Amino acid sequence: MLDGGLRPGSLHEIFPRGWNAGGFAVLLALLTTGKKPLFWIRPDYEAQEYGAVSPNGFLELGGDPRHLFQVATRNAADALSAANDILACPHVGAILLEVEGMPKCLDLVASRRLALAAGESGVTIFLLRPGAQVEPSAALTRWQVMSAPSRTNDDDWGNPVFDTHLIRHRLGGLGNFLMQWNPEHARFETADIGAVVRTPAHRPAFEPPRQRRA
Amino acid sequence: MISHKANNALYVYALEARAQKLGLYKGQPLANARAMVQPLQIMPADEGADAALLEAIADWCDRFTPLVSLDAPDGLLLDITGAAHLFGGETAMLKMVTSKIAKQGFAVQGAIAGTSLAARALARFAPGTIAAPGGETETVAPLPITALTVDDKILRALRHAGLKTVGMVAERLHSELSERLGKVFVNRLRVMLGAEEQPLQPRRPLPDLMAEQRFAEPVVTEEIISASLLSLAETLSEILERQGRGARMLEAGFFRADGKVARIVIKTGEPLRDPRIMLRLLRQKLDALADPLDPGFGFDLIRLEALLAEETKSGTVSFDGDENARQQVRFLIDRLSVRFGEHRVQRFVAQDTHIPEATGVAVPAQERDFEGAWILKRRADDPPQRPLRLLEKPEEIKAGLPLAPDGPPKYFLWRQCRHDVARAEGPERIAMEWWRKQELTRDYFRVETKEGQRFWLYRDGLYKKEGLAHRWYLQGIFA
Repeated sequence: MLDGGLRPGSLHEIFPRGWNAGGFAVLLALLTTGKKPLFWIRPDYEAQEYGAVSPNGFLELGGDPRHLFQVATRNAADALSAANDILACPHVGAILLEVEGMPKCLDLVASRRLALAAGESGVTIFLLRPGAQVEPSAALTRWQVMSAPSRTNDDDWGNPVFDTHLIRHRLGGLGNFLMQWNPEHARFETADIGAVVRTPAHRPAFEPPRQRRA
Repeated sequence: MISHKANNALYVYALEARAQKLGLYKGQPLANARAMVQPLQIMPADEGADAALLEAIADWCDRFTPLVSLDAPDGLLLDITGAAHLFGGETAMLKMVTSKIAKQGFAVQGAIAGTSLAARALARFAPGTIAAPGGETETVAPLPITALTVDDKILRALRHAGLKTVGMVAERLHSELSERLGKVFVNRLRVMLGAEEQPLQPRRPLPDLMAEQRFAEPVVTEEIISASLLSLAETLSEILERQGRGARMLEAGFFRADGKVARIVIKTGEPLRDPRIMLRLLRQKLDALADPLDPGFGFDLIRLEALLAEETKSGTVSFDGDENARQQVRFLIDRLSVRFGEHRVQRFVAQDTHIPEATGVAVPAQERDFEGAWILKRRADDPPQRPLRLLEKPEEIKAGLPLAPDGPPKYFLWRQCRHDVARAEGPERIAMEWWRKQELTRDYFRVETKEGQRFWLYRDGLYKKEGLAHRWYLQGIFA
């Protein structure tokens, strides 16, 4: 499921509910970045509220910490401008921009700029927005995510499971998906509850994004 | 007149010409001076301010040469090797430097000689002298022995021997002097006479390379400053190219016509040679300045220095796509580091420790010197056992009764929310390294709440052993 990550060169928004759901955005970024560098941008207060990035945790999820770079900024505006800088470099694999709440600088215009820059360089950017409400944006897909209990029968806990709701998709259908992350093979699996809809998120064909209009 | 306290008594520290005419002198006990002249206007000496002023003048003097050395409390030594021709020769340069300083309201004396000590002695005792190359011995010979600036004991010994001038001392056999007055003294004398060189102690790191541009008409506009930086970068780049080197640290100095000097430094992760990238990094740094570059009435000198240059790897031209990609990413990291500060752009380095919060540290991404191996400590098909996020400081939680005697709590309160534990794994016992303070052993549990939220908790202290009442902490958040 979601093999190869989401469509390259686009902007995706993830609205997590609960403490762990943000991991879904990290995993999407990990999936997309491949062997290229992954830049995780976050204002300082994110670390105070949600904890500092632990490279070991990243490793445990199947990522390679050597490809992980962190940009710690003073505020959301700096984070946004760092993201625009990094987006311009086509040799970057993916960007994870974690911005809490609803800062003024992160408006529709800013998201259009990000989407446009992503389309030009082919770098995929994930906007992780804890504590934010959904608002209009230029994102290609928008996800609302909660963590779900382990899919194991006994008391042991299994691999991370996410209850994801694809609430906006410019090019395809919406749906709810229960996804389990497999760290060994670094991929999402449909959790064994059967009724999972075919994923519409991944479209191998690359369309120039400027044909779309926000 | 300025007084100064030394040895618990007040002495004259500095005085102006008018007071000098009345027979007062430097180093005179203040009481004597008071007895001789009334009224006296006396101010206490402020050595800190004097030192700062000397630094400021030294900054200004940087425009003549990058090698300026402080000769506290009131002197500056400029190494003008190879610089004098830029200012129309030594005579013209000396005149220009002293008159410019004098114009700013200072009393100034200067001299030029082949060694720092000779120049220093001449400036103080025969200002305006320019010793011919190799002619230091004759030039300093008539100076009084105090020009040697040695301590009182040696001075007394010299006077006792009837030696009044540097020349008279110089005529003595060095072995004889060495025996009586020590080797250090003879070395000093030899330097003074130009027989030996003593390197200056530069106040600022000396650049490996530098290029500078002077402006007859001070420049103000951004375009000209940028253009000048680019042409300096091109000059540096050509030299670097020839030497097969690249700059790891660059400093641009902006010398304002009124004496103020602004400097910016950029560091790069890779030896850098491309002048356009140099310019871009410099411009970015200038834009990011909290205190924007203020040209005032204009800059009359802009200098670009490679503070640190390094050999570029052999076979610099690589058509390898991967290498090109890596280089582009390194340049990106350099740019980000310049913009946001090098400590804000980080990569992670593995540490060989089992202390959870220390296993991976964030270091500036430009640093290339650390490398550690990332080793997965669990079985490949096990679920993750370490959280993705670690709280900066473990937060104490209110834990409910344990599920089992030494097990995890049934529920806990964290940040004012109740979490009911549905699944838990543990304990995983992690003893703190014994040299780390007096920390207790921790029993870690991975817990999953009813909603599927996953946290990393620990109980401080061994169950019923180290601890009194057990405290519980939440340290990590899983993905």
